[in-house]
Amino acid sequence: MINFLANPERFTRVTRPLRPWLAGVTALLFVWGLYLCFASPEDYQQGDTVRIMYVHVPAAWMGLTVYAAMGIASFFGLIFRHALADVAAKAMAPIGAVFTGLALLTGALWGMPMWGTPWQWDGRMTSELILFLFYIGYIALHASIEDEVRAAKSTAILALVGLVNLPIVHFSVQWWNSLHQGDSIFVKGGPTVAPDMLWPLFVMVAAYHALFAWLFLVRLDSEILARKYRALRARLSFN
Amino acid sequence: MDLNMGKYVVFVWGCYGATALALGALIIVSLRAQAKRRKVLEALQAAVETK
Repeated sequence: MINFLANPERFTRVTRPLRPWLAGVTALLFVWGLYLCFASPEDYQQGDTVRIMYVHVPAAWMGLTVYAAMGIASFFGLIFRHALADVAAKAMAPIGAVFTGLALLTGALWGMPMWGTPWQWDGRMTSELILFLFYIGYIALHASIEDEVRAAKSTAILALVGLVNLPIVHFSVQWWNSLHQGDSIFVKGGPTVAPDMLWPLFVMVAAYHALFAWLFLVRLDSEILARKYRALRARLSFN
Repeated sequence: MDLNMGKYVVFVWGCYGATALALGALIIVSLRAQAKRRKVLEALQAAVETK
């Protein structure tokens, strides 16, 4: 399958019909999710700020998921020289950066009324900030190297180095005591969150995944078009 | 459905506003870049064919 889709032309042909469907599914999931976000009850301790969780948690999860996908694509690009690997990783980076930036911002906005501070240099928040900086570094490095092959190699190495940070982000709340609360969804014995609050969260998580899938295909197509343009220009100037 | 966030109005709506703004901007930038790149490539391909 991976080899079948390595050809950019074939990939574009296969994924083009999916894009409008993904856009539609994304819109529907967001409408449903946002309705549930405001129809769900307020928390007995957090009050209405619990609704921040429905945009904060999916953004934070997506920040990690997208970086893991970027790391896998970079690995395939570096080791197997997969034709679309670098294009895919490059297309994902800005999406992951926006998700991670939103996780940091919405977390700070939740922290102000609940913790009395928007920020603390604890394990979770610091490693999340480092994740954001890896995204920014990846984007900046790719933009600063003109030669596509060299850019792909350098950024793939950077992406692979950044993978070390992912378990730190995930397990930081178990490894160190911090202001940030521990896991409440993926815990032994099932989630400790009330079903009334789990539903909006899960629908928003699905909406964020659909948005990522759609935007990824759009940006991937955009990057393929840009590379085709550069290749054609190079061929013309050579002739 | 209750949209009145009481004393947390700034924080809750601030979060949803920032999310809408950032994701909306990402969508617009991505779609515009794709449309622009397609247009530029098609123009170059057309120029090559007329040569």
